[in-house]
Amino acid sequence: MRPKLLPSPRVLAKLALLPALLALGGCDWVVMNPSGDIAIQQRDLIIVATVLMLVIIVPVIALTLFFAWKYRRSNEDAPYDPDWHHSTRLEIVIWAAPLVIITILGAVTWTSTHLLDPYRPLDRLAPGRSAQHVKPLKVQVVALDWKWLFIYPELGVATVNELAAPVDTPIDFQLTSSSVMNSFYVPALAGQIYAMPGMTTQLHAVINKPGTFDGFSANFSGAGFSHMRFKFHGMSQANFDRWAAEVRKGDQRLDGPRYLVLEKPSEKAPVQKFASVDAGLFDKAVNRCVEPGKMCQHDMMRIDANGGLGMAGVYNVTTLEYDKRVRRGQEGGLRAFVAALCAPKSAEAR
Amino acid sequence: MSPDLVKFIFGRLTWEAIPLHEPILLGTFIVVALGGLATLGLLTRYKLWGYLWREWLTSVDHKKIGVMYIILAIIMLLRGFADALMMRAQQAMAFGDNAGYLPSHHYDQIFTAHGVIMIFFVAMPLVTGLMNLAVPLQIGARDVAFPFLNNFSFWMTVGGAVTVMLSLFVGEFARTGWLAYPPLSNLAYSPDVGVDYYIWALQIAGVGTTLSGINLVVTIIKMRAPGMSLMKMPVFTWTSLCTNVLIVATFPILTATLALLTADRYLYTNFFTNDFGGNPMMYVNLIWIWGHPEVYILILPAFGVFSEVVSTFCGKRLFGYSSMVYATVVITILSYLVWLHHFFTMGSGASVNSFFGITTMIISIPTGAKIFNWLFTMYRGRIRYEVPMLWTVGFMVTFVIGGMTGVLLAVPPADFVLHNSLFLIAHFHNVIIGGVVFGMFAGITYWFPKAFGFKLDPFWGKVSFWCWLVGFWVAFTPLYVLGLMGVTRRVSHFEDPSLQIWFVIAAIGAVIILCGIIAFIVQIVVSVLNREALRDETGDPWGGRTLEWSTSSPPPAYNFAFTPVVHQLDAWWDMKARGYERPTTGYIPIHMPANTGAGVILAGISTVLGFALIWHIWWLAAVSFVALAAAAIAHTFNFKRDYYIPAEEVVRVEDARTEALRSLT
Repeated sequence: MRPKLLPSPRVLAKLALLPALLALGGCDWVVMNPSGDIAIQQRDLIIVATVLMLVIIVPVIALTLFFAWKYRRSNEDAPYDPDWHHSTRLEIVIWAAPLVIITILGAVTWTSTHLLDPYRPLDRLAPGRSAQHVKPLKVQVVALDWKWLFIYPELGVATVNELAAPVDTPIDFQLTSSSVMNSFYVPALAGQIYAMPGMTTQLHAVINKPGTFDGFSANFSGAGFSHMRFKFHGMSQANFDRWAAEVRKGDQRLDGPRYLVLEKPSEKAPVQKFASVDAGLFDKAVNRCVEPGKMCQHDMMRIDANGGLGMAGVYNVTTLEYDKRVRRGQEGGLRAFVAALCAPKSAEAR
Repeated sequence: MSPDLVKFIFGRLTWEAIPLHEPILLGTFIVVALGGLATLGLLTRYKLWGYLWREWLTSVDHKKIGVMYIILAIIMLLRGFADALMMRAQQAMAFGDNAGYLPSHHYDQIFTAHGVIMIFFVAMPLVTGLMNLAVPLQIGARDVAFPFLNNFSFWMTVGGAVTVMLSLFVGEFARTGWLAYPPLSNLAYSPDVGVDYYIWALQIAGVGTTLSGINLVVTIIKMRAPGMSLMKMPVFTWTSLCTNVLIVATFPILTATLALLTADRYLYTNFFTNDFGGNPMMYVNLIWIWGHPEVYILILPAFGVFSEVVSTFCGKRLFGYSSMVYATVVITILSYLVWLHHFFTMGSGASVNSFFGITTMIISIPTGAKIFNWLFTMYRGRIRYEVPMLWTVGFMVTFVIGGMTGVLLAVPPADFVLHNSLFLIAHFHNVIIGGVVFGMFAGITYWFPKAFGFKLDPFWGKVSFWCWLVGFWVAFTPLYVLGLMGVTRRVSHFEDPSLQIWFVIAAIGAVIILCGIIAFIVQIVVSVLNREALRDETGDPWGGRTLEWSTSSPPPAYNFAFTPVVHQLDAWWDMKARGYERPTTGYIPIHMPANTGAGVILAGISTVLGFALIWHIWWLAAVSFVALAAAAIAHTFNFKRDYYIPAEEVVRVEDARTEALRSLT
């Protein structure tokens, strides 16, 4: 067969390198051209890691194509050595070359993973600008089916499917979810973090350029997932204050009952703004006790930790059972087999 | 009939479960039904039922079972690829006001089914099929250690595949993604039958996979020809050993994890629920403790195929055999220590993330060593560009890019921006298509003449290869780009019109791959029609190096009239070099396992049991469970497990071969 059939992968390999090259040039590829300091550092890391690996990948591809061409059967001039199968020196190189690259990359990984840990408060706003004396903006995020709720505990306001923050101010996100797993992701701002029910996660980030950026859920969460998008507005401090004042002027209040309505599944939910919000709503959402009369998970865990409630605990189980099924419209014939909250000691006591 | 009685008889199954209102599904059903009827009609017309039952369905011959696994995989590939085309079409269309042609209810099932089918019912049967076909021959054995178990394993895999296919026409499939993360897959958010289809299909097929893993481990450990020490085993056998060790160690984790999810859904326990102290992250950990080794279960045999192919077609001993073996073993062990890299973004601490990121990168060291070993096998070789070698070179240049993006994703802060994006999708298709699929096609082309006695047509093989290679890059380069634009997976509709062009290119790529699949099927048809011209009488059409090429093609039922004795790595090459003379006298009767229909029956009943459990038809579940136990017990009373091939029969077969070989010279 003719060796002519082979060169096309080389062209294709070049195509695969294109992203890195274009990224350096900067264009509308948001991951490669973000507007927040954390995302910029993550972008830089992608480039560094890619270049490091290309040091070994490019020669491998080139050698593969070269050997594939040179040692083709029709090339009678090429040496043929059917029994040559070992060379200690070459073996050392074969293992050592990737080892060296991975050692460097491993060191980069260790430091960058710690420095860019989403739980770590920011120590800079941008290269050379300390974050020490800037008060962060706290935002509590609740992923609902299928929209995003943002609570600003310090401002006492909340929004749905719209997020705003002043530029060059650290944002301290706390995230949870009301039902299933979602992933909170604004590519221009910072890498994603999951929002999960009954748990909180954290993300620290900062936006350095004013503008409107896309945010969305990056983890599939059911029927309305594709439209679970929002706009993130980076604003000057003055504009942000104006925005917050605007939100405060409204007449909507987000309290428990309103949250329970909001939480019901809906797709393509419009932007909503709440001039005031119940303090502690986020904690209740995390602990799954927004419904009146339902015990919060942290209280339940404390009771369990102290030995349980005995038979009285069955009441809690019933309440939870109600929440788990009936409230979602799945009535009929479902029984619980769980005898939770009943530690042996307290059972004996009864 | 009273509604209670109907509910008792049919469980959750109602007429609404039959998708008469979905034109796409109805059309598919009609095509499948007509195709099925035509096949059944032809089988009856040519009176092939008896032949099929005696020679294939009930066969315990590892070669035939291997072939059946591969046929199953190719049929399921058509289904899985149809899903892929539908997704590509939807994503190329659904922009702005255009909602596309698939509502999310349907689209979500399609991407779930695509993943499940491609991994469990295409890649796994291809791998298991090739191992079944080649491993016993490579080690000079007459069959696997447990021949009946092998047949049973195959039929359980078929049972799982049938269950998935059934969901297309009765009810629906899961809408959760291929790993069915709770809480989404739990009762509260997926009360329908979809997830139950998912669970029972995987549980039924999982029994088969686990048993076949045990079978092949024992076969390789206990049944090697005399003289074949571990370090004289062919590399494909080595990678098969490691793969099956991984299967035995990890598939029980999948089974247990799915059993816990089943308990949540059927018995209302709370392992993975949001309330009552359940923890969905526990599922995510468990499923990936299976899921990551699974990736290596698929890729290691492909690595083995490339090792065999590269040394055969370079006419040269494999460079660095020992380091190849050590690299395989290191990958096997390390594959258990990396699972958390699938969810760096779930809030683990920086030290935990770094640990798993770095262990992941370390795997690239032995993998890199393997690439270099293939490279230096080509160095100073005489490379014949037969189709298997094309796949291998295509793999080497494609796979390294996939490896590179994989290591990139192992850097946690980089993963934060790329996780769940189309970049990730491009990465794992880059390694699974560029690695596993290319490897399996190389393996099929390489061992086809061994299984059937004639080569595959090289022209259509080359067409298939080039379509796959070009199609892959056209389909997935745009996905890399889209990932860097911050586009995530599993989205059925987009707002930003500037993305559309990339999805259109990707769809074109998928169509090119479709041409590759069609060319592969044409290749098989053309080769069957041309089989006399492509016939190989020598049993060694490629100038092979390992024992499978020392016997005839197709091999006799007993594989080897005399068990070969091994002195060297590349035993057959060594035998040829030393002027080996094939013995022509002294044959004795050969002890062989007997065929049995028990595998078909047990797997059939298991499938019915699964169906009953999915639809909550409790009486049927009870009846089929009892029947399953009864059939299993009845099988233990079948004492006709083995027979002797009489010496005269062996003489007849071997004399015919002697004659055939003589006529060649």
